[in-house]
Amino acid sequence: MTSYETYHHDVLVIGSGGAGLRAAIEASQAGATVAVICRSLLGKAHTVMAEGGVAAALANVDDRDGWKVHFTDTMRGGQYLNNWRMAELHAKEAPDRVRELEAWGAVFDRTEDGRILQRNFGGHKYPRLAHVGDRTGLEMIRTLQDFAIHQQIDFYQEHTVVSLLKDGDRVVGAFGYDREKGLFKVFHANAVIIATGGMGKIYKISSNSWDCTGGGISLAYHAGAELIDMEFVQFHPTGMVWPPSVRGLLITEGVRGEGGVLRNNKGRRFMFDDIPDLYKAQTSTDEEEGWRYTQGDKNAKRPPELLTRDHVARCITREIKEGRGSPHGGVFLDIAWIKEKISNAPEHIKRKLPSMYHQFKELAGVDITKEPMEVGPTTHYIMGGVRVDADTQMTSISGLFAAGECAAGLHGANRLGGNSLSDLLVFGKRAGEHAAQFARETSHGAVDEKQIAAISSWVLSPFDRSDAAGAENPFEIQSDLQEEMQKLVGIVRTEAELTDAIDKIREFESRAANAGCGGNRGYNPGWHTAIELKHMLTVAEAIARAARERKESRGGHFREDFPAKSDAFSAVNISIQKNEHGEMDVRQIPKTKIREDLQQLIEEMK
Amino acid sequence: MASVLFNIWRTNSAGGEFQEYKTEISEGMVVLDAVHQIQAEHANDLAVRWNCKAGKCGSCSAEINGHPKLMCMTRMSDMPEGKPVTIQPLKAFPVIKDLVTDVSINYRVKKRIKKFNPRPPDAADGTWRMSQGDIDRVQEFRKCIECFLCQDVCHVLREHHLHEKFAGPRHMVYTAALEMHPLDIEDRTGDLKDNNGIGFCNITKCCTTVCPENIHITDNAIIPLKERVADKFYDPIKKLFRIFSK
Repeated sequence: MTSYETYHHDVLVIGSGGAGLRAAIEASQAGATVAVICRSLLGKAHTVMAEGGVAAALANVDDRDGWKVHFTDTMRGGQYLNNWRMAELHAKEAPDRVRELEAWGAVFDRTEDGRILQRNFGGHKYPRLAHVGDRTGLEMIRTLQDFAIHQQIDFYQEHTVVSLLKDGDRVVGAFGYDREKGLFKVFHANAVIIATGGMGKIYKISSNSWDCTGGGISLAYHAGAELIDMEFVQFHPTGMVWPPSVRGLLITEGVRGEGGVLRNNKGRRFMFDDIPDLYKAQTSTDEEEGWRYTQGDKNAKRPPELLTRDHVARCITREIKEGRGSPHGGVFLDIAWIKEKISNAPEHIKRKLPSMYHQFKELAGVDITKEPMEVGPTTHYIMGGVRVDADTQMTSISGLFAAGECAAGLHGANRLGGNSLSDLLVFGKRAGEHAAQFARETSHGAVDEKQIAAISSWVLSPFDRSDAAGAENPFEIQSDLQEEMQKLVGIVRTEAELTDAIDKIREFESRAANAGCGGNRGYNPGWHTAIELKHMLTVAEAIARAARERKESRGGHFREDFPAKSDAFSAVNISIQKNEHGEMDVRQIPKTKIREDLQQLIEEMK
Repeated sequence: MASVLFNIWRTNSAGGEFQEYKTEISEGMVVLDAVHQIQAEHANDLAVRWNCKAGKCGSCSAEINGHPKLMCMTRMSDMPEGKPVTIQPLKAFPVIKDLVTDVSINYRVKKRIKKFNPRPPDAADGTWRMSQGDIDRVQEFRKCIECFLCQDVCHVLREHHLHEKFAGPRHMVYTAALEMHPLDIEDRTGDLKDNNGIGFCNITKCCTTVCPENIHITDNAIIPLKERVADKFYDPIKKLFRIFSK
């Protein structure tokens, strides 16, 4: 007999980053009783690390902006694999969601006339990112947190969900434990929202927090939900490369938005060497014009450093591979050069990019107002995830919703910077609203004791192996997985390497089944990691399988053996679902046909 | 590569004790890297709280060689050479296990502070106008990452355990951000004086010294709040006025 505590709520939100908190607020305001499971302490989720800004066509800085331009920018950036309805809703609703944050106490940087200031970012035609220096994520999560604590929401801090619970085909709750004592908890809910963010920690070089292990995507998959676009992982072009212990740490695109330039070891601005056709019309070929663009000249075209992230990351990889890299295997990102242009450059840089200044000074001993930074690509974001209905955020499983990074569709093959923060506001709100409605309209489900008994005995199994000869160290398996994903499922992929990766993941699975941990159930990271491996391996496998299926190069997915775009693959998304044998089914599913008026918009703005 | 000796606090049934661990340190490593390495190599169940390892989430606060710091922003190269590195949990909070403390009191205190209450919007579209100059000081306070190092080092909390009577530096900064927000129309001075015990602070500035975000907690948050409280409740002329206008 498993012992556990039981809790009842109308809506259960798993995840306490931006999407989870926004969803919880909305569900609570709709009258539902709401629980939020925070894997860490409240306010510490990965949203806190977002830097550059939140994209919304407020048109405060350039009045030519509007939802139509934001929509077409998002579709172009996603290479038209996006769910067009999500892109439409996102572009239309993001401005209201940002203004709402101001009403809840957020303090964004201001324009001269006292409105919310917006900055340039890659792939956005006009200055569109509302921001607070380079700590926008902190401002957002703190605003949501401080608003949410005064709503009718119960927060379960430092709790982890291990499995969703089902009644027939419907999700009716979740099983988890609290970190402090390791006690089991069963959460009953009529509707469950997954808002667990990304999976960067399955790679060795990543900008992500500890808790980005893909947990929610895996929970949904094992409950039977469909995943799509898993092959599209975003490698952010500018992560730190030195010293080794901070490799991967993010350097905001805002550096380039403020005039920072990329150079190779010959001093050449190599981004001018390769401008994709899709962006030729709006990209400058002149250094001087590019600088004017970053300084707000509305008639100037943007510099190639502000092309989309997938492209910039590949150009950097090429420079490094062809021997034109920096001493520690990156390229140079230089913001200090702007002293040639403006008189108070060091103060200007410190004011616009305070965290970057601080980060390099403290961790690398580099003063970015005086010398260039060394940068290289880092695993940053997954465009794919749980497939959802655009309007309601319901997954393919009844009662299960998803929002934020763990949900898929908005970004297609590549996400534009700033669109993740607006994504989590727009679709967090929608998920909360529709989950509350669903909860109101449905009756309580039943949870079968046998389900709980099976999960709990699996969860405790690492302790049985604590002293067994040959028991595996969970931290070692995790680190081996990160190493192999980096090597085999990174920026440049091939069929042979992806097949190799899938084989390796199989081996890791059998090793994980033999992972043991010492100590007891109280705050035990070895135990937690042993359990977590299941999620990390599931998500790793989904990425590798989807990447093998897409035999073309598009957005964040680059296949060395199929380096061009293919018409056939431009018409499909890759779908992944668990079959009745518990294996991963990979299918190509046709995109839904875009609405006529939206297609016309895209044509007009080409 | 150099091998470094660590003394790390481990809890046990008798309370706890320092345990020695040795691990190899390579270039650029921070203290949190070393703790993780020790965890992976020698002590899988060593409890440590962390998230971003980038100085942004404020989870990995601990006392390193007696100094309250973020483990992720403390470089091993700044540790004295040839000496063991001592790591222990924050002293002002009850220990849960090893390096992890129970900081839940901070969440309870925050909840009792009156929430943001904006004036009606300035424009017909429901938006406000604020100049950058008017929000600079609020933005300084909003840099806070809630690492609670200031709470840890504040003697009112650390030595005298007056958590229920004095809200502590973090919540003075939080209150200051609300009070000085150009849109906010709430009055929190009465609470500051009575429930949140601003009088307990005798401006020793320890909190300011340890703030990883370099917020001028004492000068920019606490002293101006003390002035507001003094102005409202202790101004003799106003006091007379209050007596006679009753």
